[in-house]
Amino acid sequence: MSAREATALDGVRSRTVDPRAGYRAAQRRESMRAFLLAVPLLIFLAMTFIVPIGKLLIMSVKTDEVANAVPKTAALLARWPGPPALPSRQTFEALAADLQAAQDGGTLASAARRLNTYEPGFRSLLLKTVRQMPIAEGEQADEALLRIDRRWGEPETWRLLGRAAHRWTPDFLLTAMDHRVGVSGAIEPVEPSQAIYVGAFVRTFAISASVALICLVLGYPVAFLLATLPARQSNFLMIFVIVPFWTSLLVRTTAWYVLLQPNGVFNALLIRSGLTTAPMALMFNRTGVLIGMTHVLLPFMILANYAVMRGISPAYQRAAVSLGAHPALAFLRIYVPLTLPGIGTGAFLVFVLALGYYITPALLGGAGDEMISQLVALQMDRQLNWGLAGALSVYLVVFTLAVYVVFNRLVGIDRLRLG
Amino acid sequence: MSTETTAVLSERIAHRGVRVFSAAVLVFLVAPILIIVPLSFNQSSYFSYPLTGLTLGWYELVLGSPEWRMAILNSFVIGLSATAIATALGTLAAIGISRPSFPLRGVIVPILIAPMIIPIVVVAVSLYLVFAPLGLTNTHSGVILAHAALGTPFVVITVTARLMAFDTTLSRAAASLGATPWEVFRRVMLPQILPGVATGSIFAFATSFDEVVVILFIGGTEQRTIPRQMWAGIRDQINPGILAMAGLLTVFAVVLFLLIGWLQGRSGAPAR
Repeated sequence: MSAREATALDGVRSRTVDPRAGYRAAQRRESMRAFLLAVPLLIFLAMTFIVPIGKLLIMSVKTDEVANAVPKTAALLARWPGPPALPSRQTFEALAADLQAAQDGGTLASAARRLNTYEPGFRSLLLKTVRQMPIAEGEQADEALLRIDRRWGEPETWRLLGRAAHRWTPDFLLTAMDHRVGVSGAIEPVEPSQAIYVGAFVRTFAISASVALICLVLGYPVAFLLATLPARQSNFLMIFVIVPFWTSLLVRTTAWYVLLQPNGVFNALLIRSGLTTAPMALMFNRTGVLIGMTHVLLPFMILANYAVMRGISPAYQRAAVSLGAHPALAFLRIYVPLTLPGIGTGAFLVFVLALGYYITPALLGGAGDEMISQLVALQMDRQLNWGLAGALSVYLVVFTLAVYVVFNRLVGIDRLRLG
Repeated sequence: MSTETTAVLSERIAHRGVRVFSAAVLVFLVAPILIIVPLSFNQSSYFSYPLTGLTLGWYELVLGSPEWRMAILNSFVIGLSATAIATALGTLAAIGISRPSFPLRGVIVPILIAPMIIPIVVVAVSLYLVFAPLGLTNTHSGVILAHAALGTPFVVITVTARLMAFDTTLSRAAASLGATPWEVFRRVMLPQILPGVATGSIFAFATSFDEVVVILFIGGTEQRTIPRQMWAGIRDQINPGILAMAGLLTVFAVVLFLLIGWLQGRSGAPAR
């Protein structure tokens, strides 16, 4: 090969490489341009949705109220080997100084609230102690604290204070699963009387699954009928599904609230028809929750199945029947499998929406039968326990996302259609 | 009887069964609403039939009370503002993600849909945590931002569905004839996807209009909307005034239903 030929070949090569690189660059630009269109929404959701939820989830493991309020004590307690011995006199002195500083600095209240979640009564202990500060001249800090309250003489008090003074804690995540770190430092279940959260999670799942199943049983035949009827009739019957769908959730829950009362319309009907003699308890219990939630979520199931069923040609089933299959068999083996995406979408929507339900169970449910959302709200409303509210949210969000991911794998989120 | 006739007979029975069952389910869906609306015209304040006499008193009570009036005004101000934000951001994003070149679709689409899926109490508590230090709790702006976020998935879903039917050669033709990107969007694409945008914005509005949990956590008395006021009413002492409001909201639901039907009729193929 001559040098000239080689240069010519190089030229060809570079010309064939260049357009490809140019094409790839253009593709990258195109892809960037498409992405830029979604950026404003992504930024908006980051601010109003992703960052806030991330912050709540961090709250479930972060606790710096106590560490910030009593920094010197916290540092000393970190070096204390723990019970049965009491901490050093130095620690007592540090606590007396810290408490006074915290009182002046305004950090005492949140620390006291935080400590109260470890041991009810801790708040009053702190407030009682701080009220008698400063310690009289000549009195030793440990003697003074013991004089103010005997609990300062118990190593357990100091152990709890030391635990609460950590900046990161597994405690809330454990509490939300009815566990705790015991005296020995090992993880152990809490007493049965305090174990309420696992039961609430199980209950939330059971209620959501029941509602999804009831909706499927009620909704599937309706969707089938709507999909197979002539357009005129099915459009008319569709009103019965869509108008409730558009009606405010609160209106529908209020309706059941009125109907299911002991002296409400439903009980009056039951008594007049002779089915019962005394009013039945239809609300403030599981029955009320199931009725209300099924009613609210049923349209989602019907619409999801209807959307899939409408696209199924009746020819498949007819072919099976003409080949000798019993119509029932043809329905079960040919039609039902074709509707699986609809069943999947409907069941997913109903189940996931039910997992996070708050309003309907709050109004129609009974005491002791709360769903997780209600307990999260309770931690916020009455206890101001951010950590536990965050920990319960962690599990609820993780479970919800797990269902979401499974659905996305099996059916695909792009199948979600509205309207 | 031959097996063929039993098959036909059983099929007929099954069809009849489906009809009767479905009728019962459809009654279950509408009956509660239909039963409580007449009670809102009842003269006595008991929630039972027969009605003791007809009156518009409860409606006057609701529409005349300053609290309810403020709630109605708040519902529309917050709902329309949140819808405007959600529609603008959601439509833009939908145009982006329906381009074939959109990167990381598998990650980004689920994120955009997530506000629909994450339990509302978690969203409400989180927003309180972030909005309180920023001074956004107990403000209209805070509630509007929160509701806008909740409404965006609906806009993204409906507009994306519309864009699937959009013929991109139209955009290219317009561009080749010298239209700027803005003109292509405004005069070629937007008229085509408008029914989807409108449907999505109605969903976004309905989401805000019906939302109460977020308002319970981050709203104050000045931000009370209709559902918030109803919630307070039911928890406090339920009276037929709430049923009157429920009646008005039911009429509003029918209006929304007709609007969606009209939009779908306009778009040719239903978006469903």
